[in-house]
Amino acid sequence: MAKAAAKKTAAAASPSVDRRPALAGRTTTATGVKVEVLPPAERISLRAPEASVAALSKALGLTLPKKPKTSASKGGRTALWLGPDEWLVIDEGGNDPLADCATVAALHSAVGISHRNIAISVTGPAAEAAINSGCPQDLSLDAFPAGAASRTILGKAEIVLLRTSNDAFRVECWRSFSDYVFTFLSEGARDAAG
Amino acid sequence: MLLIRCPYCEEERPELEFRNAGEAHIARSANMAGESDDDFEKFFFIRSNPKGIIYERWRHMHGCARFFNAVRDTVTDKFVMTYKAGEPKPAKLPGVAK
Repeated sequence: MAKAAAKKTAAAASPSVDRRPALAGRTTTATGVKVEVLPPAERISLRAPEASVAALSKALGLTLPKKPKTSASKGGRTALWLGPDEWLVIDEGGNDPLADCATVAALHSAVGISHRNIAISVTGPAAEAAINSGCPQDLSLDAFPAGAASRTILGKAEIVLLRTSNDAFRVECWRSFSDYVFTFLSEGARDAAG
Repeated sequence: MLLIRCPYCEEERPELEFRNAGEAHIARSANMAGESDDDFEKFFFIRSNPKGIIYERWRHMHGCARFFNAVRDTVTDKFVMTYKAGEPKPAKLPGVAK
């Protein structure tokens, strides 16, 4: 009985929860680099003073990085240092970081931005060159090693860049810029390959 | 492209990530309503506009998003140094002959 009721509810709810992510399914492949859209993830924008960092780290289950241009990752959850009191927390494991922060009494601001951002992965030996087609930062392994993260720009759009491994990047951009950013990266990938 | 050192990111970053935010060290009156028109004009509109060393506010807009202060030479367009917001004017500037 309960099962039937649950089924009915799910069927009735399905049209409104049908999620259509921007850029869904788009990929570009060029020699040495692949640009593709990553699946949706949970994200929060976290602001907190120094005194709250320990409590928030404990609640989130990872140590919030305090060094510029770094990130920390644990169990499908990544925290990116964006500013002296600002982090972007991305959870790809289906857990909600917002709920974890809600249990913390220490002063902080956690805002859910899961649907604001789109993540694009750029992978392959030419990934660095593809991103550098529009990003002015030094992305050599010395200056931007695996795990490095930074807010920066790509062409005319602001992005958050995370190097997940030596030849793989995660590019986070705002949903409304995603078509521009994806097209820019695709062009960059073709140039890098050529 | 100019490289500007952000005191919060602790490294030099490309100028495209930054925005200028006007002259630095302009103190806002604690009693703004009591300011005379002349004093308010000086505070609000009048800037030093020197030829040479200028103290400016900059913002690492597309980076850590923090405001900081920079010392720049308006003749050569070179940055002499940068320091965090709220810190006093540096007493000595590196590499500047007085």
